[in-house]
Amino acid sequence: MPYVQHTEADQREMLAAIGKARLEDLFSAIPAEIRLRGPLGIPPGAAEYDVLRDLQGLAARNHPAGGMISFLGAGIYDGLVPSVVGAILSRSEFYTAYTPYQAEVSQGTLQTIYEFQSMIAHLTGLDLANASMYDGSTALAECAMLLTDHTHRRRILAPAGLNPRWRAVLDTYVSDLDLEVVTVPNGPDGRMDLAALATLCNDGTGVLLLQQPNFFGLVEDTTALQRVLQGLPAERRPELAVAVDPVSLGVLVPPGEYGAVIAVGEGQSLGLPQFFGGPLVGFVACDRAHVRKIPGRLVGATQDSEGRRGYVLTLQTREQHIRREKATSNICTNQALLALAVTVYLAALGEGGFRELAHMCLVKAHRLGDAIRRLPGYALRWDTPYFREFVVRCPRPARDLIAAAKSHGVVAGLDLAAHMPGCDERDLLVAVTEKRSDAEIDHFAALLGRLGGR
Amino acid sequence: MAEVPKDLKYTEQHEWVHISDDGTEATVGITDFAQGELGDIVYVELPEEGAALEQMESFGTIEAVKTVEDLYAPLSGEVLEVNHLLTDKPTLINESPYDEGWIVRIRIDKPGEAATLLSADEYRERIAEGA
Repeated sequence: MPYVQHTEADQREMLAAIGKARLEDLFSAIPAEIRLRGPLGIPPGAAEYDVLRDLQGLAARNHPAGGMISFLGAGIYDGLVPSVVGAILSRSEFYTAYTPYQAEVSQGTLQTIYEFQSMIAHLTGLDLANASMYDGSTALAECAMLLTDHTHRRRILAPAGLNPRWRAVLDTYVSDLDLEVVTVPNGPDGRMDLAALATLCNDGTGVLLLQQPNFFGLVEDTTALQRVLQGLPAERRPELAVAVDPVSLGVLVPPGEYGAVIAVGEGQSLGLPQFFGGPLVGFVACDRAHVRKIPGRLVGATQDSEGRRGYVLTLQTREQHIRREKATSNICTNQALLALAVTVYLAALGEGGFRELAHMCLVKAHRLGDAIRRLPGYALRWDTPYFREFVVRCPRPARDLIAAAKSHGVVAGLDLAAHMPGCDERDLLVAVTEKRSDAEIDHFAALLGRLGGR
Repeated sequence: MAEVPKDLKYTEQHEWVHISDDGTEATVGITDFAQGELGDIVYVELPEEGAALEQMESFGTIEAVKTVEDLYAPLSGEVLEVNHLLTDKPTLINESPYDEGWIVRIRIDKPGEAATLLSADEYRERIAEGA
């Protein structure tokens, strides 16, 4: 057996099987401007130290958030990570393990996953959770497909206030399926227009997605939403799936209490650094009725032959390695190490600490919001309740303020117009986590005041 | 040896079909042989009552501890009733495949299709061949 992968003959055979003329045709979906043309510009040989020095020079041009005061969030947050997280994570028993394939010999790993699932289920107010997903966006897309399959209705309603990156992932997932994604517009308060929602729900609508808080940081009115959904006749009522910022659940009502059958989210702000925007860790929680359809691994608790507690991978018949092409998802893995970080983080905080975390975010964000409101030329874009993130209408284009603040060691936030269609170039999305001190917040407000006048 | 009652019709997919005396309704389940091969049934995904089935169309799934199989409609027609007891007690299929473990009752749309089903003798031959 030859150990050389993909000989030219292999490639020809594979291309012929799928009806493609050239290897290049496989990459046609990748935008031309980000494709590398020709080989990497690396000299044929260089001394190790020369390479290291060059790379360090490149790295030094980065502005990592750790060395600055950051107010950039938009889905990935600069929160405090207690040292205990790294200490546990770096133990080789955990650090070197992958998703458990020879599952039941890895009792320790299974137990941590079970704890993760229990905590996520508790936080979201739902019956159970899976062992994690790659990230929040793929978790959302998987669940949108799951619910259209479950309801046999092909229309997905996605809010205008959904994180645009998550929306792009959703659109990619459904692009080759017979599914339709329809946007529910926002009302003048920056939240879902519930009257428009009611008119968009027809007998083909399988799922309504909601992001709570939405991409602009605003808290959606879930009580009114639930009333609207309950007022619809059953044949027009979609299932509700909520993408939730888990930290907000320290102060907000959990999705299970306002009618969501599925809650997904991004776990990064529960004990992980921002990295470079990833790796991330998504979660999926659901009610009992959907357990056989949810993607990913599930760990269950049981008893061994001597009556001692043990952990197993359960309901694997949902998964691709058994159900093959009929599986509802091709995810047969989990983000075990990052889910462990979340587990350690939540355990370290405890329920009281977690509530305090959410309160700190809320209070600090409003300290900044209130200060910015008082600055001449500045306003908050919406006078709507927000959690730890909000949109500032600035006197100058947001991109100019962001560039100016950077030279003062401050990451001001996100230039909304560059990421969200229909936003004004003066709109700046600002996030405040528990990590920001009052002094940093006041410093930033004063800096904005100075920069705004120029 | 798996039980194969004389008075029933069968499919290659190891389902049994009981056709009512007037030929208008069919009750469907999986055979004793099939339940023995699958082992303990842990879940049955049932169709909705009122759903229209085409012959050979997948109408649900049956799940054992380490495998899952599709259920195929042996005849075209409307689902009149599903065995809701299976939701809480799927092992009824193991314990009583031809009686309490029935899965769906169908109103037969195309009586001619019944001719495509296997007799008990034909089915017994299939499983003896290792089908």
